[in-house]
Amino acid sequence: MSILVNKNTKVLCQGFTGKQGTFHSEQALAYGTKMVGGVTPGKGGLVHLGLPVFNTMRDAVRLTCANASVIYVPPAFAADSILEACDAGIDLIICITEGIPVLDMLNVKAALKANGARLVGPNCPGVITPDECKIGIMPGSIHLRGKVGIVSRSGTLTYEAVHQTTALKLGQSTCVGIGGDPIKGLNFIECLQMFEADDETEAIIMVGEIGGSDEEAAAEYIKSHISKPVAAYIAGQTAPAGKRMGHAGAIISGGSGKASDKIRALELAGAVVASSPAGLGEAVLAAINSKQ
Amino acid sequence: MNLHEYQAKTLLQKYGIPVPRGQVISVAKQTPAVTSEIDSNAWVVKAQVHAGGRGKSGGVKVVKSTEEAQNVASELLGKTLVTYQNAPDGQPVNQVLIEETLPIARELYLSMLVDRTLERVVVVASSAGGMDIEEIAQTSPEKILQEVCSPLNGLVDYQARNLAFKLDLVGEQVAAFTKILKGLYRLFKENDLALLEINPLVVTTDGKLFALDCKMSVDDNALYRQKALAEQRDWSQEDSKEAIAHHAGLNYIALNGNIGCMVNGAGLAMATMDLIKLHGGAPANFLDVGGGATAETVTKAFKIILADTNVKAILVNIFGGIMRCDIIAEGIITAVKDVGMQIPVIVRLEGTNVELGKTMLQTSGLNIISADGLTDAAVQAVKAVAV
Repeated sequence: MSILVNKNTKVLCQGFTGKQGTFHSEQALAYGTKMVGGVTPGKGGLVHLGLPVFNTMRDAVRLTCANASVIYVPPAFAADSILEACDAGIDLIICITEGIPVLDMLNVKAALKANGARLVGPNCPGVITPDECKIGIMPGSIHLRGKVGIVSRSGTLTYEAVHQTTALKLGQSTCVGIGGDPIKGLNFIECLQMFEADDETEAIIMVGEIGGSDEEAAAEYIKSHISKPVAAYIAGQTAPAGKRMGHAGAIISGGSGKASDKIRALELAGAVVASSPAGLGEAVLAAINSKQ
Repeated sequence: MNLHEYQAKTLLQKYGIPVPRGQVISVAKQTPAVTSEIDSNAWVVKAQVHAGGRGKSGGVKVVKSTEEAQNVASELLGKTLVTYQNAPDGQPVNQVLIEETLPIARELYLSMLVDRTLERVVVVASSAGGMDIEEIAQTSPEKILQEVCSPLNGLVDYQARNLAFKLDLVGEQVAAFTKILKGLYRLFKENDLALLEINPLVVTTDGKLFALDCKMSVDDNALYRQKALAEQRDWSQEDSKEAIAHHAGLNYIALNGNIGCMVNGAGLAMATMDLIKLHGGAPANFLDVGGGATAETVTKAFKIILADTNVKAILVNIFGGIMRCDIIAEGIITAVKDVGMQIPVIVRLEGTNVELGKTMLQTSGLNIISADGLTDAAVQAVKAVAV
């Protein structure tokens, strides 16, 4: 098993014929992801990378029976793409795009809630179940199918966690990049819940960062609902208050969102918190050993 | 992106929200023209900087005569104002706002922002105006009122009335408050604001409401469609290196240490700063070069890092991902040559073709240390600046 995506996931790409859409769809196809086509308005009827191009998501879903979609369109059009995927009945929408205005995301989230579709991102690397399905911009080669579920707000820190768990031969069940925006789709708690229910996942790594209080909420959830070992890392312990550290959501404001509060909450919840990003692999090993 | 008080107040007026009569000037000798136009018993002269705490640091003064007003204006203009929020560097005062004074009976607090947990625009109000909201939250949390706006209906009248009555507004003030709040909500949405704060919103002795001070910041992600606001950005209020980096398309934040950092990805960039600290060093900056670490972007990044004369070594941390490490190594080598690097550069590479990339760095004949992994990179960087 795994969570969110597997070898049967049928994937459409929105912004398919663009530079990003083309490059990452090629990579996904090479990895073995079941891509079934893509959408670029005005280019319907073409064949791109050997797959059909559609004008609308509604046509694409009707003719391919896709159940997932990945979005590589520019920020000004990305909210529209999410809504289009949602309206076409896609179950899992993965939005890679960075830079979507916050007020657009508020409306998108309200529409998703009404419809029941799941969104990953925006501003994220995507989702991968090693050897089965890669949706997003992560390098497939660093992954190893295995037992650690990874959920992270940062793309490159997800790769660090993957790299270290691969080196330790633990491997990954599924890795979910939930993204660095303040208003986003799936959050830690939903992913923790899915990992807890997944047979293949034996331990969980969660990578958080400064800004907001999602890690504190996740810590509360871990305390009461998660029986599997959890390791964590929080980035931004040296970040100054009031400055946005690259990610739209990474900002300490009015004394809240500090790394120290998040670390304390996670430790109190029984997670093993790595003090260094280089210690994620060891931390998850320690978490596994402490539960045995 | 932050707006100045005078820019924010121009927007408020456009949306029908009453503000004191006032005018902004950038030269002190313009003062008499302003005071003669705005007749008042006294005026307030306010330094325009992007920081709170102006009053406590001498940036806001009440004056009784034109002469006094002009003296204060000439004293403030051109000065660097240091408040508890922008210390120790402070920010330059290039404009002052001269306003009429009002007979104040009460000071209220009002703000609008996007709540990340609720995923809604919320209105926050309090009868304890004039204080920082963080201070109110600590000393009298029961005085903080909140209304959550639905994306469908926005802010509706009854919500404004809920707040108005709890704030003990009476008579015509309730309707005036409702009108202000609805105007603010429209302003917030139409201008893609991230934060709007009126502190204080005053009730005058004759029962009128005015926005006495105002802070606004615009969602950076929405600036592409808020061109008029984007043009109002005052770069003089931001760190000069950060401004240059912004124009070069790089994400850079200046810090106080001596180890420059160049990293791909925001999370890893923060983690790299933390790692330097963990091993006893101090990072000089946050810098995310993004996915495409080409020779061109690396050169730009090096130049910005080197503009900080405190920097004694640079740590480059790149998780190559889909990009090949040999191409990244080539970019780093070209950039080190281009900028005529005088200080050691410690490089940690990971990803496809990593061995080839490391070999290229080691045999480049340049002052480049190729590190084995994250921890080694931090240790080497700390060692390099300790010499």
